[in-house]
Amino acid sequence: MFYREAGDFKTSYEADSQTFPIKFDRYRFWAMIAVAYLVIPFIINDYWANAILVPFLIYAIAAIGLNILTGYCGQVSLGTGGFMAVGAYAMYKLMTAFPDVSVVIHVILAGGITAVVGAAFGLPSLRIKGFYLAVATLAAQFFLVWLFNKVAWFYNYSASGQINAPERFVGGVAVIGPNTDAWAKYMICLVFVTVCAIIARNLTRGTMGRKWMAIRDMDIAAEIIGVNPLQAKLSAFAVSSFFIGISGALFFSVYLGAVEVGEAFGIQKSFLVLFMVIIGGLGSIFGSFAGAGFLVLLPVALKVIGVDLLGWPTDIVAHLQLVIIGALIMFFLIKEPHGLAQFWRIAKEKLRLWPFPY
Amino acid sequence: MKLKTLAAMALAGTLAAGPALAELVIPDLSYRTGPYAAGGTPVSDGYQDYFNMLNARDGGVGGEMFRIIECETGYNTEKGVECYESTKGEGALIYQPLSTGITYQLIPKVTADGIPLHTMGYGRTSAANGEVFNWVFNYPANYWDAASVMVNYLLDENGGSLDGKNIALVYHNSAYGKEPIRTLENLSAQYGFELTQLAVDHPGQEQKSQWLQIRRERPDYVLMWGWGVMNQVAVQEAANIGFPMENFIGNWWAGAEHDVIPAGDAANGYKSLNMNRIDASLPVFDDIRTLVHDAGNAAGDGSNIGTVLYTRGMYAAMLAAEAVATAQGIHGVAAITPAMMRDGMEALDITAARMEELGMANIGPEFSVSCQDHGGSGLGIVQQWDASAGAWVALTDYIAPDDAVTLPLIMEDSAAFAAENNIEAGCM
Repeated sequence: MFYREAGDFKTSYEADSQTFPIKFDRYRFWAMIAVAYLVIPFIINDYWANAILVPFLIYAIAAIGLNILTGYCGQVSLGTGGFMAVGAYAMYKLMTAFPDVSVVIHVILAGGITAVVGAAFGLPSLRIKGFYLAVATLAAQFFLVWLFNKVAWFYNYSASGQINAPERFVGGVAVIGPNTDAWAKYMICLVFVTVCAIIARNLTRGTMGRKWMAIRDMDIAAEIIGVNPLQAKLSAFAVSSFFIGISGALFFSVYLGAVEVGEAFGIQKSFLVLFMVIIGGLGSIFGSFAGAGFLVLLPVALKVIGVDLLGWPTDIVAHLQLVIIGALIMFFLIKEPHGLAQFWRIAKEKLRLWPFPY
Repeated sequence: MKLKTLAAMALAGTLAAGPALAELVIPDLSYRTGPYAAGGTPVSDGYQDYFNMLNARDGGVGGEMFRIIECETGYNTEKGVECYESTKGEGALIYQPLSTGITYQLIPKVTADGIPLHTMGYGRTSAANGEVFNWVFNYPANYWDAASVMVNYLLDENGGSLDGKNIALVYHNSAYGKEPIRTLENLSAQYGFELTQLAVDHPGQEQKSQWLQIRRERPDYVLMWGWGVMNQVAVQEAANIGFPMENFIGNWWAGAEHDVIPAGDAANGYKSLNMNRIDASLPVFDDIRTLVHDAGNAAGDGSNIGTVLYTRGMYAAMLAAEAVATAQGIHGVAAITPAMMRDGMEALDITAARMEELGMANIGPEFSVSCQDHGGSGLGIVQQWDASAGAWVALTDYIAPDDAVTLPLIMEDSAAFAAENNIEAGCM
């Protein structure tokens, strides 16, 4: 009933190959964008911005990045935390070296620097696959964290090794720093998420994405039909790292404001983003959002229910969180290996036929 | 007419909501889970028990009851931010996050929101310069004081000269562990000892290579900036390589019972700094036992009372409660605001007589806070573990740090912070 395709005629190839071919989907998408841009900025408060929405949007960018590499190109990576750190430190160095340049440009440049680093660490993927590649990216994770801890130049020789984001403005409005309003923080992340998601979606359904998927499904067959594995794999590493670098730059500057590399970008972060991609759905842009939302919201929701409503001791709730998230990951892996995105696809199929399934 | 009734009702509603907020809200950003829980749990127990004891015994301070909001951070900065955002709207008077990483997050936030931050013996050392860090306090002592106190103690042990000695620093590879390096480097140049730096990565369970290096190089002394599980592993590793324990000195976060008990008799003789004197027979503990624990309101399982870190948590709570009383005295109102709390902290004066009156004689050094100096006196004692008695024994009286070394560093670092953030130094 909702997903009626009857009467939704396509008269051109462009119309037929658009992202949301079904009318209802399209309306739903525009309604969501309208709420995100026109409603939420006016009702958001500090708590919603700093504890829920900003981390959700930033993790969504990271999950999109990893999804391109792991979900679309099939290259398992455990180096996400390290690449986020590259984005964060590149952002910090750029912000402090060129204070007069707009931070929007800094964020994009930080993504570009991370893309170069990511492509360099992607070189082993030409020789090794699967678990062995995972171990090679793990080396990147540890090397990068070690590097940012060891070389004082990266943190401008500060006494504690912490990097702190100085206050910065976009169009006269503070977006980075302690005096930033909740809506400004939210908006800058939202703009980056929107642009990243549109770019990622269009990359993955074009030539490049098809090459990645061919490599993922069977690299030898892909090579035989003319896909250059060097180009495909390295471009996946570069594009993926670009998004991850952007998320790292925003994570440091907009969200936290001060980070310490071992604590913020450790191996835990790599696993967290990987779980987001797995729970959300490999090879799906919507899945990246769903996974990020799930893993950002769930701990907060459990805390609100356990501590604020039920009044349980905080340590018991924190331990329960680990149990519940672990159980949910296992449940998803067994029941629906394609993640939340697949649930959504099934629901859509059912809705197309509802209320008269045949 | 209808509109008027509505407006009246809305007004009545806000008036009714007003007095409900008039209590002293103290968020406790604790961590009872994760690799640092061993340290976080007793501190949080002591912190909460003291406020609960004041509520039960005196009805709070100045007739206002304390309300504690506990929030689990797991020593994680992202959860720390979530905790800060979820509690600041409740009218929080003071934050004590017990984590240097979270402190760095919160310094700009509390400054923008106007809520005092007290980082007792941790956090950003240069916050001692109150003219730059108006809202941040780190009395009674900071890391650079600790490093200076350690070196002064070693100077005393060695007849006033450390020339040619080799001192190794084993530190947690984070902002916390890196803080003392600059001071120690300056001191090493001043006194002619050689400084070896050995970083231990989070969480600190793997220290074999560091201790292998110590075994090879045989430094005269090992200093440690450790926390959580790192401490007990380090003590065990030192015992394994047969390093003389009396030459192994931890800072005040690396000197609690649970750090040394796992190594058993091998830990005998391990030294550490402390900012408190440990005395389990203080009258205040009896009050906590009878009024809080026996009433079933203990913050944890009640087993930590009187231990090193429980005492430290209680001490932090006492300093906060004293600051509340001072603020109430200055402003003449019982239900103080965070801004009044800040004034109270800046005018805080802790005397020996007052500590005795509170039932905790000699628990800490005497000190007073001023607008220029948010750092207190910086005194520390050296204590030693007696494994057979299972107790820490104070070896020295309070040792003073060398302000001539730490003060220029504080000024330099805080000036850099002020320049980075366009802060005009000055009193509020």
